[in-house]
Amino acid sequence: MWAMIVKEFRQLRRDRRTVAMMVALPILLLVIFGYAASFNVTSIPTTVSGPEARLVAGLLRAPFDVTSVDVSGTRAQAVTALTDGDTAAAVVTGPQGATVLLDGTQLFTAQAALRAVDEAGAHLPPGFTLQAQVLFNPGLTTSAVMVPGLAAMILLFIGTVITSLGVVRERQAGTLEQLAVMPFRPRDVFLGKIAPYFAVGAVDMILVVAVGMALFDVPFRGSILVFGLGALLFLFVALGIGVLISSVSQNQGQAIQLALMTLLPQIMLSGLIFPLTSMAAGVRWIGYLLPLTYFVEIARGVMLRATPITSLWQPFLYLAVIGAVVVTLSTLRFRRLLGAS
Amino acid sequence: MSWGVTDLTVRFGARIALDGVSLDAAEGHVTAVVGGDGAGKSTLLRALVGAVTPTSGRVRKPDVRAIGYLAPSSGIYPDLTVQENLAFAAAAYGVPLAEAESRTDGYLERTGLAAARDRLAGNLSGGMRQKLGVIRALIHLPRLVVLDEPTTGVDPVSRADLWWLLARAAAGGAAVVLATTYLDEAERSAAVLVLDAGRTLAEGTPEAIAGGTPGRITEVAERPRGDAAALSWRRGSRWRVWTPQAGPGGAGTAPDFQDAVMVAALRRQAAAAAPVGERR
Repeated sequence: MWAMIVKEFRQLRRDRRTVAMMVALPILLLVIFGYAASFNVTSIPTTVSGPEARLVAGLLRAPFDVTSVDVSGTRAQAVTALTDGDTAAAVVTGPQGATVLLDGTQLFTAQAALRAVDEAGAHLPPGFTLQAQVLFNPGLTTSAVMVPGLAAMILLFIGTVITSLGVVRERQAGTLEQLAVMPFRPRDVFLGKIAPYFAVGAVDMILVVAVGMALFDVPFRGSILVFGLGALLFLFVALGIGVLISSVSQNQGQAIQLALMTLLPQIMLSGLIFPLTSMAAGVRWIGYLLPLTYFVEIARGVMLRATPITSLWQPFLYLAVIGAVVVTLSTLRFRRLLGAS
Repeated sequence: MSWGVTDLTVRFGARIALDGVSLDAAEGHVTAVVGGDGAGKSTLLRALVGAVTPTSGRVRKPDVRAIGYLAPSSGIYPDLTVQENLAFAAAAYGVPLAEAESRTDGYLERTGLAAARDRLAGNLSGGMRQKLGVIRALIHLPRLVVLDEPTTGVDPVSRADLWWLLARAAAGGAAVVLATTYLDEAERSAAVLVLDAGRTLAEGTPEAIAGGTPGRITEVAERPRGDAAALSWRRGSRWRVWTPQAGPGGAGTAPDFQDAVMVAALRRQAAAAAPVGERR
């Protein structure tokens, strides 16, 4: 047994990446996720509209954070702002009272707002009422909010892990050197590696969303086309990250480790579980670098709020930018792997 | 047309893998690169196909589409069938489908792989895998064929099949370069480059290399004792002894190619062991 222990230690000593991951990663993850793991909503972006907008805006206390006051604004405009994801709460005022419209897809934010509305009742002028109405997910059911994001997370997990083994397999089978002297451009190899998984992943995405809708009674209110476009873009990025990981890994163990390293932060920091607004600013920015963050926004927006593509251009743009970065890095990496000539 | 390298040096960090090596590979001929483990054979072949960047020197090679290469690992996909491996290579090099099928049929039939056409390459024996690797390197009829130890660990029958493939490629006008550790195999080649520790030990036709052997070689039944032991080697059940400064007369054995390579290696060892001022 002693011989076995010594052999294992020697092998481990040479696999520095694994040692670094075993020692440094738990501490790093604990710190990052510790600051991210918060359900406490301390600030709710809120618009106030209608004839009594100024009065109500003055009455609102934290966690409501009034971002705009529009005395000529209408309920229809307030609903549009919520649909487009421009605000989390929209207060529509009238002579006798106000209604706080809440985005039910932002579960914890809506729950915090409901509690705040209850508490605010005591400070209102006599005869003035304040009531809350939750849109898009009136029952504030968790599954409705989680299923679109979970579908993306599952695809991310499968896509990234599977493709992360692609180049490593070539390296270990000794076929990478052969590829290097064949008439392929780095881009051909990258896209060729992704294409089959892209096709399977696209079908998988349809199945996952369909099963999620059927089992958990999740609505699909928006455009299938917009959702599909976002899903394909996201899938491309997820698979691309997997191939990029594969191209920098020496063996399958390293590839899996790296893939998990990219997956964990996405699950924790994308807004899938913890609201981005509740995270410490020091770790929130990491969430804005992750593709899942943007697809969760697209999926929830399209499926639950019927958000049009014109209001989703930002997450689409950021996903496209991440995709471009992944393709560029992969191509450069493949150029190095494949081409000495 | 002749492909090859001129005064090629390849360094990997501080280590010199090849030191001023030149190789000419004429079209229509088989050229062998011979050497022991770590001699630099694979590095030379990889530089020739463009998989290694030379530190200095010149590489003369055709366009990548006209190169056929067999990596030391045979470079075939274990989870594809024999047919699928060849179809992939043919498609990668732009061989028309009908042409690819016709060539595949011909090669598989001649090399005894026809019955294994639909078997996964990972389930083939070592010899069959090597044959498949060589066919894969030839499927697009390249002008330069570079094969890294295609016959190592292969049974005699499969070796004969592999040599049929090489001879056919050369007869078709390709320049065939192969690395091998087998001297008898190198002897069958039109030209040979012998490498030792990254440097050229001997080069030319096998006959010219054999003919240029200095000193005298004698054959004895037993391994000699004393200083002569360091200058002897086994050939079959007998021993050959090299006498560097043999005077005129005296019976000797006419050196063949294998003797010549052994003598060249011994000369290199002697030169390396000599004091600096005496080295030549």
